[in-house]
Amino acid sequence: MVKLAAEGFRGLGGWAVESIWSLGHASCFFWSILVHSGTSFKRFRLVVREVYIVGVYSLIIIVVSGLFVGFVLGLQGYNTLQKYASEQALGLLVALSLVRELGPVVTALLFAGRAGTAITAEIGLMKATEQLSAMEMMAVDPIARVVAPRFWAGVISMPLLAAIFSMVGVFGGYFVGVVLIGVDEGAFWSQMQAGVDVFDDVLNGAIKSVVFGITVTWIALFEGYDSVPTAEGVSLATTRTVVTSSLAILALDFVLTALTLGG
Amino acid sequence: MERNSYGERRHARQMLDLWVGAFVFAGIVALIMLAFKVGNLSSFSLSDSNYVLYANFENIGSLKVRAPVRSAGVLVGRVGETHFDNKDYVARVTLSINKRYQFPKDTFASILTSGLLGEQYVGLDAGGDKEFLRPGETIKKTQSAIVLEKMIGQFLFNKAEGDKK
Repeated sequence: MVKLAAEGFRGLGGWAVESIWSLGHASCFFWSILVHSGTSFKRFRLVVREVYIVGVYSLIIIVVSGLFVGFVLGLQGYNTLQKYASEQALGLLVALSLVRELGPVVTALLFAGRAGTAITAEIGLMKATEQLSAMEMMAVDPIARVVAPRFWAGVISMPLLAAIFSMVGVFGGYFVGVVLIGVDEGAFWSQMQAGVDVFDDVLNGAIKSVVFGITVTWIALFEGYDSVPTAEGVSLATTRTVVTSSLAILALDFVLTALTLGG
Repeated sequence: MERNSYGERRHARQMLDLWVGAFVFAGIVALIMLAFKVGNLSSFSLSDSNYVLYANFENIGSLKVRAPVRSAGVLVGRVGETHFDNKDYVARVTLSINKRYQFPKDTFASILTSGLLGEQYVGLDAGGDKEFLRPGETIKKTQSAIVLEKMIGQFLFNKAEGDKK
């Protein structure tokens, strides 16, 4: 009996030590990215190239998803608001849902799936094929040369992608609400403009997207850098990137919403 | 195969720059549009095909900028801006009316509500005057928005009066 309990506690303790150690390792990694960021700004081309891979390649999925999320919000919102004869508030509903919640969160989830996995797989494979060790041999710091530019590219791309997502979504809602269903156009925009505050809503949404950008890129880079340098290890790391960053996004979203709404 | 010519490499680099530039530009445009078109940072501009009329109301209720202006149920214009007149203590509303529509001098402007919970709009009832309102003129005859609380208060007051008798 005592032996069984000891076994259980040992398992729990091992898990706790493991996760705290891992968290500490990730924090050290984050710190060393920040310390070694100088190169990224001195040679800004490195960042530009990563923005192309991380941002431009994600553009299509973001635009198409944004458009359809906007369509659905328009339809669903209209059907609900219609019951209260206040379908003029459709613009407000669509814009607030997109700018405050769906824009940053859905973009971050898509970003984790589209760009995060690519980053993890790339760095994991670089590690597995000993490219990172080769760089160190040549006195090139892999964190400064490989990791930091990707980090800054993710931080730059994420808010831009979220803004594009929200804007495309608003036009999707406009298309369904005004063009197809026939909600009054002026009411659609005027209620939106009257209800959406630039600082309370747009700026907070932008802050959220920056935080999500940092989180997703950090997790993706860490998982790649920390992966077991085998084919299996890289595949596990890629999976962990999606799972961890999705959970982190949703948990952080709650924290940020609670902070901004003063809950 | 591995060795690209210098020209090819330069071309690839320029394409990359072009795409990144387009992406960053699109993102910034989206942010600006979110601030101005979706958010309340924009100031309403009156377009060219409209002319401006003014109307003073005692109370505009919750009339919003860009709310519709209707006459006989037809959309004829939009509310430009609303501000408080500090001399007469009334609300001064700018109405931006489509140039196709002319209204007589004794037109009656009232603030109405579409549906029970719908948004408020300005209704114009044309009078019988021969002369038309010129751009920039003020509509004299107006009726304020119905404020529900006041109406309920009045109703309760009348009811109490009636019970006394």
